Amino acid sequence: MDKKTLIYKGLRDGLPIGLGYYAVAFSLGIIAEKANIAAWLGFLSSFFTRASAGEYGGYTVILADSGYYEMILMCLITNLRYLLMNTALSQRFSPQTGMVHRLLVGSCCTDEIFGIAIAEIGYVQPLYIYTAAILSGIMWGMGTMSGIVAGSVLPTNVVAALSVALYGMFLAIVIPVAKRDKAVAIAIIVSFAASYIASNLPVIGEMSSGIRIIILTVIISAAAAIIKPVEFDKEEK
Amino acid sequence: MHSTVIYIIIMILTTNFIRILPLTLIRGQIKNRFIQSFLYYVPYVTLSVMTFPAIIEASGSAFAGTLALILGIAAAWFGLGLFPVAVICCVTVFVTQMIGIWL
Repeated sequence: MDKKTLIYKGLRDGLPIGLGYYAVAFSLGIIAEKANIAAWLGFLSSFFTRASAGEYGGYTVILADSGYYEMILMCLITNLRYLLMNTALSQRFSPQTGMVHRLLVGSCCTDEIFGIAIAEIGYVQPLYIYTAAILSGIMWGMGTMSGIVAGSVLPTNVVAALSVALYGMFLAIVIPVAKRDKAVAIAIIVSFAASYIASNLPVIGEMSSGIRIIILTVIISAAAAIIKPVEFDKEEK
Repeated sequence: MHSTVIYIIIMILTTNFIRILPLTLIRGQIKNRFIQSFLYYVPYVTLSVMTFPAIIEASGSAFAGTLALILGIAAAWFGLGLFPVAVICCVTVFVTQMIGIWL
């Protein structure tokens, strides 16, 4: 495929992804505003990370003014799934693709970009991925910026209502999976219960919410993996 | 007081570090079943832990938040996507607060 076609395809597939990102990022921006993050910083943090759970976690750490090590832990844990995605993606490069392109494509990876990269027949085309990732990444950044601005200018009751938007999106991600995978459903219920209990316990409740998220994620996911290991078929989905 | 700029630089570096790790150090597939299963559960567990009880506390009204949680779960259960579920949660909080003020 020539460069023009790849860029065109990247724009065509990046736009709908970007529209979805805009809404998620807007909701993230509402949270970022609570942590007093300037709009331009919100844009940069979003454009260069594009990770909803990771950014939410990160903003929580900033809001709590916790240590920098907590930010590192938070980003590692909430983005762990990219290990799996990019291991799969690494098999799809042409032997001619150099290291720099591999790393750049790797850092472009989000759930959606991974989806379009894997859906392609044959080798990953870096230019196609860059175009889609940059377009959707700009929209992610703009969304966060808009959320931050909206959070500071809209009336309090509207901002209060908007502050649950991101949680609604998180529900829309986990609930459909719970519906078809009972183990996930149980893991979600346990997570809800444990998170509630942990935030009300004397010692643990006083820890920052960031550390609570990290610890609970590791313990519950590990327990689930031991109790109900997932059957993986040979075909990488 | 920490610097927001430093926080965000750390966030960007760490997030991208984990993304590029499989393309540098780890070559070949992750075969260990425990690790594969662990990585499978992590996103759902972390999103759940982040959502609850935060959704109840976020708006400042526990009642409105709980209602948003219940309606949000119901909407997602019946197959509505990210955006509609988010709108339902927001409208629930907004309307509940309005009614609360009028009463």
